[in-house]
Amino acid sequence: MDLEDQGIIKKTVEEQDSISAVMVVLGSPDDKSAEMYAETVKNGDPTYAGPLAGVSLGLPVYHILEDEVKEHIDPEVYQQQVGMMEMVLDKESITRVVKKIREG
Amino acid sequence: MSFPVIKGVSYMLTHTPDLVRYGSKPTREFLTDPLLQKRINENLRSYVEAKNYPPHQVYIGNMKPEDLWQIEQPWFENLHEDASRFGPWGEIMPQDEFYGYLKIVDEFDLVFLTASFTEQVRSSLEKHRLFTADDNKRLGSGVEIGLLEEKISAGALPLYDRGSLIGCIQDGHDEDENLKAHILLENLSCKATGVLAMRNAFHLLQIDPASIDYAMNSGEEGVGDRYQRGAGNLAKAMAEMSGCINSSGSDIKAFCCGPVHTMVLAGSLVQSGIFENVVVIGGGCLAKLGMKMRGHLSNSMPILEDILAAFVVVIGPDDGINPQIRLDVIGKHDVGAGSSQQAIYESLVKKPLDKIGLTIPDIDKYSTELHNPEITEPAGSGNVPKNNYRMIGGLAVMQGQLPREELDQFEKIHGMPGYSPTQGHIPSALPYLGQACKSIMEGEISRTMFVGKGSLFLAKMTNMSDGISFIIEKNSKAKVIG
Amino acid sequence: MFKGKKVLCIGERDGVPGSAIAECIKTAGGEPVLQLTQCFV
Repeated sequence: MDLEDQGIIKKTVEEQDSISAVMVVLGSPDDKSAEMYAETVKNGDPTYAGPLAGVSLGLPVYHILEDEVKEHIDPEVYQQQVGMMEMVLDKESITRVVKKIREG
Repeated sequence: MSFPVIKGVSYMLTHTPDLVRYGSKPTREFLTDPLLQKRINENLRSYVEAKNYPPHQVYIGNMKPEDLWQIEQPWFENLHEDASRFGPWGEIMPQDEFYGYLKIVDEFDLVFLTASFTEQVRSSLEKHRLFTADDNKRLGSGVEIGLLEEKISAGALPLYDRGSLIGCIQDGHDEDENLKAHILLENLSCKATGVLAMRNAFHLLQIDPASIDYAMNSGEEGVGDRYQRGAGNLAKAMAEMSGCINSSGSDIKAFCCGPVHTMVLAGSLVQSGIFENVVVIGGGCLAKLGMKMRGHLSNSMPILEDILAAFVVVIGPDDGINPQIRLDVIGKHDVGAGSSQQAIYESLVKKPLDKIGLTIPDIDKYSTELHNPEITEPAGSGNVPKNNYRMIGGLAVMQGQLPREELDQFEKIHGMPGYSPTQGHIPSALPYLGQACKSIMEGEISRTMFVGKGSLFLAKMTNMSDGISFIIEKNSKAKVIG
Repeated sequence: MFKGKKVLCIGERDGVPGSAIAECIKTAGGEPVLQLTQCFV
């Protein structure tokens, strides 16, 4: 993940009153990038290059394509914002890898 | 109907492994990682490896994009043996000759090369078809290494060739951050590659540069000083060095979709009769060198972002032969259109096609952002063209224009593998323009849509992205040849 | 699940953009505290 963005994420998390109220929702287009992002916000930067290297934020991380996310969202808005991408992206492999890291 | 035509294109690559260190990402990361330079050096490609790299051979026109599907990946391990440096649309220039042109296009004594390196470059360039007597004079005789070391210790940026010190570039101003050596190196690199692409175009198409009325640079380099950052008109500077004595110019800025915007504007200038012949230029982008090197290093791959790329398109009035730009069907992503991918592609693809009664599968080939996936995937940024084809195909399914079960085949039929160096604005649809024109002229296909997108949000002025598209098709008055 | 939560929406230019994720999260009662859209190209 971009190093500057790691810094922004770290700062945003630190600014919140309670870390237990913080969650991450990803929109990555494939399993490889979803894995990298999920790993970074949960366990720290896997490339050990950025501000999140060795920083385990432990945030609950989801992908917008996961059914357990989708069911909480207004269906009309979801269709409008995500509908096409749900068909286009490899939903199964993306959601599998994010779920594995979240629960791992 | 009469529309402006694509008179021709040129595509230029320069292999600059020793400039990877001056890419934005490596420059920043050297500050915190003292071992990085060594790791980069160990993973740089030789010129022959860069020249024989199949995607580069596609870029200069020696192979068709679809040929890459027949070559097993990784392509950097399946090099094209004895590939040619030159192709129908341009060439792959080695680093020493590029440095020569960096010096040649420098009007302000910013670049210094050593005397011995200058002679080495001269002896290579003397054989080059684009090298002129004036270039020879501009190349000069070089300086002694002592003077170079003096300048470097006073703050000039050292230039290397295969690891050896061969020159430097100095600040253009003592205080102005916008005229520091590093920024001037970015701007001069863009100028040099743009000039080479322009000269290549005029040479290959046998066009008199004096016949060009207007030059439009579509790249992202911010040329300017502290009072007018990004003020621009690198186009006119490039036109000057390319013999376009009857041309003025301007720069069009629109992030990565600058080139597609510029094509539309250039076509409009020709269609309106304001100018007869207009060139659209995209110069090389130094800042992007080594941008995804972390991904390449962690996969023990060569650093594939070691290439400065450029292109030129020459647009003229309808000649009844060359493919036309359909200026009556431009797709654009309007402010009120919404930011979802669906909204973007409806604006760029569906709306213009609806206007002329065509469906998405009626377009033979879509040229989207043709980033080489071998560069982007190891860095976790996916296969950009593949995703784009899935989105266009997905939109066709949603519109009932394509059966759901044919979505997986959409890329193979209406798309192509990515092959462009990841140079920001360069991959944005136009790399395919040469092949599209050739295939249209030969009657293989009849129309292509070019779709560019830009990440405006990166400049922190808006959360919006942007996009624009145009269609070229067989000249309505043309007979099929070949 | 999202009610009262502070949500970091980390989208991608060629996937689902950060702004699109944020629009969705708002309808689920979450508060987007960060919208990022990654662009690597």
